[in-house]
Amino acid sequence: MTTTHPTATPQANATGIPWKKVLLWSAIALTVIFSLGPPMWELLTSIKTNSAITADSVVYFPSLDQFTVEHYVQLFQRNQFHIYIFNSALVAIVSTVLCLGIGSPAAYALARLRIPGEQIVLACVLVVTLFPYILLFLGLLDLVRALGLANNYLALIIPYTAINMPLTILVMRSFFQQLPKDLEDSAKIDGYNTVQMLWQIVLPMTLPALVTTGILAFIFAWNEYIFALTFITRESMKTIPVAAAQLGGTTLFEVPYGPLAAATVIGTLPLVLLVLFFQRKIVQGLTAGSVKG
Amino acid sequence: MTQDYIRQRERRTGWLLILPALLVLLLVYAYPILRAFWLSVFTENLSTNLEPVFSGFENYGRMAQDGRFWASLGNTAIFTAASLVLELILGLGVALTLDQAFRGRGWVRTIAILPWALPTALIALAWRWIFNGEFGVWNDILMRLQIIGNPINWLGDPNWAMLGVIAADVWKTTSFVAILLLAGLQSIPQDLYEAHAIDGATPLQSFRKITLPLIMPQILIAMLFRFAQAFGIFDLIQVMTGGGPGGATEMVSLYIYATVMRYLDFGYGAALVVVTFVILIAVVAIAALYLSKVRHAAGVEE
Amino acid sequence: MAKLELQNLTKAYSKTVVPVKDLSLTVDDNEFLTLVGPSGCGKSTILRMIAGLEQVTQGTVSIGGRDVTPLAPGDRNIAMVFQSYALYPHMTVYDNMASGLKLRKLGVGDIQKRIQSASQVLGLDPLLDRRPSQLSGGQRQRVALGRALVREPDVFLLDEPLSNLDALLREQVRADLKQIFERQESPVVYVTHDQTEAMTLSTKVAVLSEGYLQQLDAPNEIYRRPANRFVAGFIGSPQMNLMTLERVENSVLLGEFKIELPDAARKGSSVILGIRPEHVRLPQEGDCQIVRGDVFLVENLGMSDLVSVRLHGSDDRVLRAMLPADATWSRENIELALPPQSIHWFDVETEARLTS
Repeated sequence: MTTTHPTATPQANATGIPWKKVLLWSAIALTVIFSLGPPMWELLTSIKTNSAITADSVVYFPSLDQFTVEHYVQLFQRNQFHIYIFNSALVAIVSTVLCLGIGSPAAYALARLRIPGEQIVLACVLVVTLFPYILLFLGLLDLVRALGLANNYLALIIPYTAINMPLTILVMRSFFQQLPKDLEDSAKIDGYNTVQMLWQIVLPMTLPALVTTGILAFIFAWNEYIFALTFITRESMKTIPVAAAQLGGTTLFEVPYGPLAAATVIGTLPLVLLVLFFQRKIVQGLTAGSVKG
Repeated sequence: MTQDYIRQRERRTGWLLILPALLVLLLVYAYPILRAFWLSVFTENLSTNLEPVFSGFENYGRMAQDGRFWASLGNTAIFTAASLVLELILGLGVALTLDQAFRGRGWVRTIAILPWALPTALIALAWRWIFNGEFGVWNDILMRLQIIGNPINWLGDPNWAMLGVIAADVWKTTSFVAILLLAGLQSIPQDLYEAHAIDGATPLQSFRKITLPLIMPQILIAMLFRFAQAFGIFDLIQVMTGGGPGGATEMVSLYIYATVMRYLDFGYGAALVVVTFVILIAVVAIAALYLSKVRHAAGVEE
Repeated sequence: MAKLELQNLTKAYSKTVVPVKDLSLTVDDNEFLTLVGPSGCGKSTILRMIAGLEQVTQGTVSIGGRDVTPLAPGDRNIAMVFQSYALYPHMTVYDNMASGLKLRKLGVGDIQKRIQSASQVLGLDPLLDRRPSQLSGGQRQRVALGRALVREPDVFLLDEPLSNLDALLREQVRADLKQIFERQESPVVYVTHDQTEAMTLSTKVAVLSEGYLQQLDAPNEIYRRPANRFVAGFIGSPQMNLMTLERVENSVLLGEFKIELPDAARKGSSVILGIRPEHVRLPQEGDCQIVRGDVFLVENLGMSDLVSVRLHGSDDRVLRAMLPADATWSRENIELALPPQSIHWFDVETEARLTS
């Protein structure tokens, strides 16, 4: 007990300082500061003039004459950042669509059709979610070279489709299992074959689940670094994380703090928006993919 | 007995539906791992003009003598252990906070999962900037609070660099742990606490007797995922320190990457991949075994 | 000449779990067959085997003389109404009804014509553009029915289609169903656990228990001449009085009262006597088999009272009788007549009906 009065009861506390409330709101404040601090600092840095960034005493909030958007302008004019955004978006969207297109039928088969070896396939899918990408890049590098896919979007699209496949299968499977079976029986009697039924009846009904899974797959694909770093060397095909990490100054010794911060903001902005709009779905998908699976 | 026509049809279409996904998984997961096993018994580097020459277990023998490998393994172990412990404590704290009822909870939740969703490579840039020795905000804060007198070059000092990358990793992934634990907390029925409180238990006792045992499965699952991710951590370190200074933050993954991409030593790189893979699988297998036991125990208690 | 024929149909999940055992029956055009029985009797499994949703372990299903056992549900030309209605939530009412027709490559004109006539019959015209979520339970039920009707199938299958409706609506829809299917030529197989539905709708009732067909007959035959003790107890509400009584020569003793056995029942050491409460009556002139007892429970059913009587000379024998509600029956000594032609006799061992 935190109170010093020996006679104090919890009721008596209410008239004094409400410790529970203080504790709760401190925890909430800490959580918010902890989570928002670093991105906020990048945002603030990205809109400060170079002299404000490198001032002797740290400038937290830029005054009007310290405010600038020059770092952003520079990213788009000199560093062609729109190209990287396009590359990231293209690779992430295509691989997400592919992943849903290939993964959902597999998830359906694992949820509803009785196939020999089903348990083995599921176990493999579960284990594979734990593989770090570093274990794969060497063999994939071989493949990329053998197939002549270096500096080809496919060199990213195919691995991204694969790394999101286990999650897609696990999340979609758990959603399919919750569907009422009558609807599928009804579709069978109407004359749908399994593939038609999947496309015309089951998938439209699981649209929310597809959105959930798609968001997660998009996030993972957008954020991937090691494959993008290794398989794509042509400047015009790089994705945002790689391009931002390799951002250099005009001279070897000048570190472009402002543009780096601006690049971070640009690269994270789409994801911040996704989280803002789909917080619930992301949480739902993550828990369905790991806990229930 | 009539033939099971329905089952036959299910089997046929079932495999048809699974096949594309299976092929992609085999191509991107199975092939590289098997390829690494195969390549690890060859020497393929600049001394062989990048031609594979069979060398048996030479690569593995070399690894046993390779101080840099052991150092990187040690770094990885420290990084993984420290990250996991800190994330678990912080993640549990965040989850317990988010589990309370308060105004604006939805917003706080949204903010709390933000770090997880952001690209690691970009977050590494952000933390590199925060820990900057000259203009870094972290130094400024600590100096204003008079915790340190002079600025520290966090990522440039071998003594501090590891702490820096651990801090960044903890920031990035605490939210993931918190999400999983929150799901566990929300599945605990409220009447358990009420009954326990009526029995005269303090909140702390309730936490130890009810909360912890019931979310143990979620804790273990989160730890399992986090172990695998932390053990193979690449992008964060690569961008923040590049493994430096002087190898102080070089993880196994960075060593593998350098062996393959910088020294073009493919055979040895493959052997490093194999060893990392085996360690990972061994730990995961033990954890999974333990997890199924705990899950079972929690299920019985419910 | 669409006609459904089940031959030696068996469903076994394992050696011990056998929900349907060696069932054979036929349903002709213009026939309405109801499968009725307590839950777990195998009635739904039978329906699902006819539909092709459940694998037949043994035996065959033929429709119009064609063996459809190996065919997929979509190739059997059947239509089914589900208990949950199973409407596609992302399609309008019109599309729900059209989907099966489109898959069968029917022309747009034909589809429209069929949906029009069905929606007129069912009063769905103003709802065609709505989604299932915008409909009431009764409306959904009608859409499910419409989806089956437009298919013009060889066989209609209905799986407890009324059980999700509230009691009032159920009665009305039951009447509608009867009218609608009287106009259809194709045979109907209807599954329910509700005996009122079975009795009112069907031309033929199959009573099932534990996977076996207990009786297959016209509804009034089932009521008047139950084939065994199970059917006697299952059909009819309130339940038939059933008592196992010791045989003494050519009669049995019910408490202190002697009841004459018909010739066919004069065997074994005891027999089962059955009489429906509505056939037990107050003695009239000429009644010879009269029992006496004490009233201990009166349940008012509106038109009549269900009176439970403890018979004299036996501690536990209870006879329930439906008596006119215009008198009061309280704890009094009462006389009741058991008309011999209303008494059913069943064998104790086989539980089969003894009298014809």
